[in-house]
Amino acid sequence: MSVKLYDERPEELLQMMHLIRAYEERAAALQAGSGVPGTCTSVGQEACAVGVIAALGADDLILTNHRSAGHLLARGADPGRLLAEVMGRRDGYCKGKSGSLHICARELGVVLTSTIVGGELGLACGVGLSQKMLHRAGVVVCFFGDGAACEGRFHESLNLAAVWGLPVLFVCENNEWQAFVHRRETTLADGVVSWAAPFGMDSATVDGNDVEAVRAVAMEALDAVRSSGKPFLLEVRTYRLRGHFEPDDQAYVDAQELARAWSCDPLPRFEARLRDCGRLDDDAIAGMKAAAKSRVEAAVAYAVDSPYPGMDELVTDVYA
Amino acid sequence: MAQITVQEAIDQALAEEMTRDPRVLLMGEGVATKRHALVEAFGGERVRNTPLAEGIIAGTAAGAAATGLRPVADLLFAPFLCYAMDELVNSAGKLRYLSGGQFSFPLVAIAMTGAGWCVGAQHNHNIEAWFVHSPGLKVVMPGCVADFKGLLKAAIRDDNPVLFFVDIGLVFAAGDVPEGEYLVPIGEAAVRRSGQDISLISYAKTVAVCEDAARTLAEQGISAEVIDLRTLKPLDEASILASVRKTGRAVIVHEASRTCGVGAEIAAIVAEKAFTALKAPVLRLSGPDAPAPASFPLEQAFVPQAAAVVDTARRLCA
Repeated sequence: MSVKLYDERPEELLQMMHLIRAYEERAAALQAGSGVPGTCTSVGQEACAVGVIAALGADDLILTNHRSAGHLLARGADPGRLLAEVMGRRDGYCKGKSGSLHICARELGVVLTSTIVGGELGLACGVGLSQKMLHRAGVVVCFFGDGAACEGRFHESLNLAAVWGLPVLFVCENNEWQAFVHRRETTLADGVVSWAAPFGMDSATVDGNDVEAVRAVAMEALDAVRSSGKPFLLEVRTYRLRGHFEPDDQAYVDAQELARAWSCDPLPRFEARLRDCGRLDDDAIAGMKAAAKSRVEAAVAYAVDSPYPGMDELVTDVYA
Repeated sequence: MAQITVQEAIDQALAEEMTRDPRVLLMGEGVATKRHALVEAFGGERVRNTPLAEGIIAGTAAGAAATGLRPVADLLFAPFLCYAMDELVNSAGKLRYLSGGQFSFPLVAIAMTGAGWCVGAQHNHNIEAWFVHSPGLKVVMPGCVADFKGLLKAAIRDDNPVLFFVDIGLVFAAGDVPEGEYLVPIGEAAVRRSGQDISLISYAKTVAVCEDAARTLAEQGISAEVIDLRTLKPLDEASILASVRKTGRAVIVHEASRTCGVGAEIAAIVAEKAFTALKAPVLRLSGPDAPAPASFPLEQAFVPQAAAVVDTARRLCA
């Protein structure tokens, strides 16, 4: 598997969004019934992952967090190896030792996933320092949530990246939820984008349920990082449509708010746009969904067939 | 042999390794302010002052280490490591394992601790055992000038995260350091004094306390062996066991508090693997389970003294 690069065709974005949705819903179904370890899904946030990652070049690096499946799949991860990792199997990206929470795939440039919320931000500064000091071309893209923006490390990271001029694109996927707490309970500010200016950092905000808008803004932000060598904060406004950690009945979510959020689901929204402009018809969309589902079923078969790691793996990889 | 101080030994080690490997850089609060010679030699890119924020210093070091650089982070005083704990323990210590071996973290975190400057418990707390208990990390704590140089050079070359603890009481100590390239392998203890009747096992400033005690004991007809652990993780079990099997008695001496300190681990190793060689119980002399006070006499009393080592050894040999 190699890094997936995107051309200008919007169909490709939609196809990837369907793959992510199908993968996560299938994983959640497995987790609800059969003892498969749970995951933090990003259902509802597909346009953020696909929009930003479709704007990347081959050399760019990604740091993600516990809600990582969308980022990994969008960057070209094999869904079978991804699910194998979630299930703790030998053929997973991390030999089954990560499980769902810290998956990284060096071959795809998805490095150093941390699930100590905010940890990814500090690590991203270090990766950015390597890129700068070793004169590498790639920009470092760090995905985090509005929860991580409440960590002190967020502010330390923005400050250091700005002071040292590190080539990092900070992408806050503001999905309104910080585990089981609504964002409105934890911050008075409406979003996180306003926290960039005091650090002397440029920033932008975008409707995170519009994949084309996300991609366009991400391209501008990446261009700014590449040309200036300075960091940039992009806030992507979206909504977490499923619970924090599967299985999760979302009993704590206001039903009207959730219904409103589903009415803004980025997938049907993008489908409607492509249908309206004549690029896709219902049959084509149905074909896309079927292709995603069949790819995910093949992934499930692959993951289920993959053996657990040998017991010798318990103490390997501790030291270099 | 040249006489230099611990500070100079650290400077020499940094300068030599930065010359040898362009990927090595030094970062921390005031490193560029204090180490002019390094800035002149290697420039501001490689000797970086940082904001006063230990977490982001350590996080940046971890991220940089995983992607091609070899950072040395000066985090000043050991209690400040609490702010850097996540990055050192959860990131640098665990992400190699959790990624199935995709990354390594060749970084060194330097921190000072111990009695000597009357700075109190928020600047003086011997927390080395916390890191010994954390997987994926190595921990060194030298006790003599030559080891400061040789172990720091080895730590910088190691492909794993190394906690490098500097005993405040030794910072201005002088000693001999061999000329030229001098490396001390991580994971090897040193026998500072050979003996037959009892093993005094220690590290950092209390090695000298044990050497003092051994001289007094010799005058009283007791032959004490002094082991300087130098590295706390990985522990040199072979050297510890060889000494205890020879003498049949052991006292472990460290400044860090007693409960779950490094001494407890050594006592357990001896009990598990050299029980039949023991002629007396294994005893520990340590700091109390209390924060370190600032007041000079109290601060000094925190550290095991040679007289106590002598008394304990005499009791065991009686």
